[in-house]
Amino acid sequence: MNIVVLVKQVPDTWAERKLQDGDKTLDRASVDVVMNEIDEYAVEEALRIKQSAGEGSEITVLTMGPDRAVETIRKALAMGADKAVHLSDEALHGSCALQTSYALATVLGTLDYDLVICGSESTDARLSIMAPLLAERLGVPQLSGARKVTVSDKTVRIERQTESGYDVIEAATPTVISVVEKINEPRYPSFKGIMAAKKKPLTTLTIADAGIAPDQVGLAAATSSVESFSTRPPRQAGQIVKDEGDGGSRVADFLASQKFL
Amino acid sequence: MAEVLVIVDHLDGTPKKVTYELLTKARELGEPSAVFLGAPGQSAAALDGLGRYGARKVYVGESDDIAGFLTAPKAEIVAALVKNKAPVAVLFASSTEGKEVAARVAVKTGSGLLADAVDLDADGTATQSIFGGAVEVKSTVTAGTNLVTVRPNSTPPVEQANEVVVEQLTVEVTEAAKGARIVESVVEGKGGRPDLGDAAIVVSGGRGVGAAEGFGIIEALADSLGAAVGASRAATDAGWYPHQHQVGQTGRTVSPQLYIAAGISGAIQHRAGMQTSKTIVAINKDAEAPIFELADFGLVGDLFTVVPALTEQIVKRKG
Repeated sequence: MNIVVLVKQVPDTWAERKLQDGDKTLDRASVDVVMNEIDEYAVEEALRIKQSAGEGSEITVLTMGPDRAVETIRKALAMGADKAVHLSDEALHGSCALQTSYALATVLGTLDYDLVICGSESTDARLSIMAPLLAERLGVPQLSGARKVTVSDKTVRIERQTESGYDVIEAATPTVISVVEKINEPRYPSFKGIMAAKKKPLTTLTIADAGIAPDQVGLAAATSSVESFSTRPPRQAGQIVKDEGDGGSRVADFLASQKFL
Repeated sequence: MAEVLVIVDHLDGTPKKVTYELLTKARELGEPSAVFLGAPGQSAAALDGLGRYGARKVYVGESDDIAGFLTAPKAEIVAALVKNKAPVAVLFASSTEGKEVAARVAVKTGSGLLADAVDLDADGTATQSIFGGAVEVKSTVTAGTNLVTVRPNSTPPVEQANEVVVEQLTVEVTEAAKGARIVESVVEGKGGRPDLGDAAIVVSGGRGVGAAEGFGIIEALADSLGAAVGASRAATDAGWYPHQHQVGQTGRTVSPQLYIAAGISGAIQHRAGMQTSKTIVAINKDAEAPIFELADFGLVGDLFTVVPALTEQIVKRKG
């Protein structure tokens, strides 16, 4: 079983995140960066699937991002992934989700995979569409939003969260899976894992290496454009009152004043 | 006038409120045509409402091949419509499925996609709220057809009655689109309340609720207001309330008219999912809780006495 796990480096959600004034892209340089939280669950799930699939299984980490994204790759390797591919090129800067999916699908096309696993969303863009985008481009089934994954031979079943419960969805490999965070409890990298990660194979690709057309990626060719942005004024702190035994009535009075009652 | 496609978000044929919001918005961009995709016979329940909110035409595609597989069949049908009808824009609900279908249509038609719009101008410029609501962005699509997913509660639905013309679509789903089969749909837990994403009022409970049993008073308050029930990640992770009710980063993003947070401290991860709510009420015994920074009205007190008293007041005042 060959598994590719997609991981993304994102600004820490605790940090103040900004768009740059010049090209209106995310300011990645001035903030602390971490592995996108849900991607840790994707790595963990890959490790668990590999373990039950047994001998001959391999996990490849795939990341698109600037040079420093290698820190995130190392973390995935330290957790137990076997090798990594880092797609890194200035020309990719400012790519929209559609272009990113094109670039990742192009690299995936050169890898041998049964499963592609990613997190259900990134904490920076929060689009939750990478799994369907990749499935569409690769022409393979989409198993997105999985809270449980069961692999038996060439059949994959997931439980997908819905608004009223869950659906059971089934597909044959190869397939693209996205996972939500209740799927497992990601392990912490051990000291041994961290040391071993430094020696694991890491291939760095430019877009030319990967066969990605330069006019299909990057800010200038993005399929959507940010016209302007503004920092939302912080909400005006409202009225705060202390319960003096009449708290229920006080809230009800407020709701009535706002025409909710 | 140019045609605008509105992809109908429905539950077993009954359109969700967000569909009427999309039709209302679509009228500013052009002439709305609804696209109803579902299982055989489901559209019958939808046509009336779609006409009432201004759809001139309804394209109906009904097939077990649409209902039985994940997103790909719907994307094929919508992409074919985009190619044949050349609409100025296609509006989807910003639900999980709405975004996924839109993403596939974008690839198939070489179009740009603007997701999670909280507002849409007549020229197709979308407003998006990012970084947990801290920054507002105005964006446009620069390639192909304007594809936009719009968050529920972005605009009030306004009726504009029309005679609808129904056009049946011939549904031929390719084998390639039948890769992910829905084997079973399981309904869990709490029925009978409005859906979290669609609801005009949401009442949420968090760590302060203390236990699964504690959600009884949260549900009672929600029911007195006809509201949906939400929960913070602390509450869903503890197993006190089902995960599909989780509001926040990695959970659902809601933008209701009224959000009542009880026993929720307001960590940034929770705020990311509710910060664009129009009116926020917080009930928490810790006066320092960050949720009070957002609240239009905050009550510092014990939710176990305040919430039942509030429910009683609401029931009394609503008569």
